[in-house]
Amino acid sequence: MEAYDLVVIGAGPAGLAAAVAAYEAGVKKILLIERDREPGGILEQCIHNGFGLFYFGEDLTGPEYAARFIQRVQERGIAIKLNTMVLEVTPDKWIIAVNKADGLLKIKAKAVVLAMGCRERTRGAIFIPGTRPAGVITAGTAQRFVNMEGYLPGKEVVILGSGDIGLIMARRLTLEGAKVKMVLELLPYSSGLTRNIVQCLQDFGIPLLFNHTVVAIHGRQRITGVTIAEVDPATKKPKPGTERLVSCDTLLLSVGLIPENELSRQAGIALDPVTKGPVVDDGMATSVEGIFAGGNVVHVHDLVDNVTREGEIAGRSAARYILNPKPAPSLKINTKAGAGVTYVVPQLIHPQQMAEELVLSFRVNQVFKDQKLVVALATGQGHKILGTKKRMIMVPGEMQEFKVKKEDLWAALGQEDSSSPLELTVSVPEEGEDHDV
Amino acid sequence: MYRELICIGCPMGCPLTVTVEEGKVTAVSGNICRKGKEYAEAECLNPTRTLTTTVKIKNAMYPLLSVRTSKPIPKDQIEACLQYLCGITVEAPVTIGQVIVEDVLQTGADIIATKSMARQR
Ligand SMILES: Cc1cc2nc3c(=O)[nH]c(=O)nc-3n(C[C@H](O)[C@H](O)[C@H](O)COP(=O)(O)OP(=O)(O)OC[C@H]3O[C@@H](n4cnc5c(N)ncnc54)[C@H](O)[C@@H]3O)c2cc1C
Ligand code: SF4
Repeated sequence: MEAYDLVVIGAGPAGLAAAVAAYEAGVKKILLIERDREPGGILEQCIHNGFGLFYFGEDLTGPEYAARFIQRVQERGIAIKLNTMVLEVTPDKWIIAVNKADGLLKIKAKAVVLAMGCRERTRGAIFIPGTRPAGVITAGTAQRFVNMEGYLPGKEVVILGSGDIGLIMARRLTLEGAKVKMVLELLPYSSGLTRNIVQCLQDFGIPLLFNHTVVAIHGRQRITGVTIAEVDPATKKPKPGTERLVSCDTLLLSVGLIPENELSRQAGIALDPVTKGPVVDDGMATSVEGIFAGGNVVHVHDLVDNVTREGEIAGRSAARYILNPKPAPSLKINTKAGAGVTYVVPQLIHPQQMAEELVLSFRVNQVFKDQKLVVALATGQGHKILGTKKRMIMVPGEMQEFKVKKEDLWAALGQEDSSSPLELTVSVPEEGEDHDV
Repeated sequence: MYRELICIGCPMGCPLTVTVEEGKVTAVSGNICRKGKEYAEAECLNPTRTLTTTVKIKNAMYPLLSVRTSKPIPKDQIEACLQYLCGITVEAPVTIGQVIVEDVLQTGADIIATKSMARQR
């Protein structure tokens, strides 16, 4: 049996940041466990630039961003086990893992940080009818093939989904000599960055078709083509008569990511049905005492900078717990997604324990232009507005943030006793709606 | 001459109409803020991109090494750079930031490694 103060599961940007932050907070017996051959997580395959603009004020590639944190981990002599897969985490913080050198490992930790990232939705998750030939792969898998393993998945490509990974891969495959025929998007807008639409599609004349989807896949051994159709924006159902055949030898799926939470579920950690990640508080603590989480395992991020920040919070909270183990204070505020908002992270705030400033991360459910954002606290005595902000634009593809200061939150709480339920709502009320109810 | 562009400065994605006369941008419309005008000017007069790609590597954990240009290069040089890099093979070990090709195709930019790769037995 091995014992550590802190075990961090996953050595992507979230896990690396958590380990470094915990070390800086005074915890030295730390172990990082990573199933891959090297640390860095998904960043190792994201060879394009656009990382670190916020955290470092520099435009780095994925591997460069990861390298900075790998170096910080190495400089501090933090232990890392590579090629090691965690199979189970128990509520009393035993970690069961396996690798070729040690066989089955049983490790005891005082605290755990979950940083397993996310995985891609596969075709099964979106039900495309037709045959099941080779040549249908997810965009992230293709990214790994092309950028790391050195093999081109196909020559004539159709991409379904216009999220950033799909857009980035459209450019990458084109640069590698493939013909990307088109990118199809079910929605009337793209969830990707404008920059990527311009530099990954328009630069190469690749058409982006909104309100379009793949309705059938053709081919026996290998995919030979797809039938695409326009959809009714209201019902998302294909419009009869708009079907057409497009030949291709590869269909790339970029249809979304889901947090990787098999381990969390087994550990009995409460999951949020919307984010599909653990319910966390402002310190990234999950519902199981001593288990923390950060990064894509909690909710899917578009910017690695925010992943790092969450990892750091998780690491610091874990360190605080290790040095002084006690359950969270009883006074709590639930956060809630109001009108126009899909979800809010953290789901829970402990005002007695919170840092001076807290960042609420959330996503809106449609494109809003020139709309006001309202953050309000409901207490036993009524509603108080904590802040409103007019935003020029909010799109579902871009995570939104709202900073809440501890003193403002306490001012709004007043002499609140912990018996009445407290709720902090983030919403984009329709124009003219009364904000003060 | 008119050119239609989409500003990439922020998610607003303003549709820009740019008037170019005798190699000079004489008017920009459609932009909400100054950033849009600056983008239009740069994009019409001297469009540049940072190229990120891979070169072959021997004796490393993976067969490819990720690389980038040390600064943005003219957009119309991207194709030629890629062709050139197809013929490059390096050998591990390589350290991050190491120059792989100096002043690639006289663009003034170097091709640098974006990852360290150790030598494997
Ligand atoms: C394909 C793809 C492309 C992306 N492109 C961009 C981009 O261009 N720009 C940007 O800013 N963001 C991008 N992102 C967002 C990206 O998710 C974040 O930037 C960031 O990498 C997420 O960090 P993480 O540490 O939460 O997860 P990851 O980087 O996914 O790291 C999780 C780590 O946990 C390990 N792990 C999981 N389960 C186990 C287990 N049971 N045992 C041991 N180890 C385990 C995994 O192997 C992995 O290394 C992309 C995401 C994906 C999926
Ligand atoms: S012009 Fe300004 S507001 Fe419009 S997209 Fe560019 S940066 Fe954004």
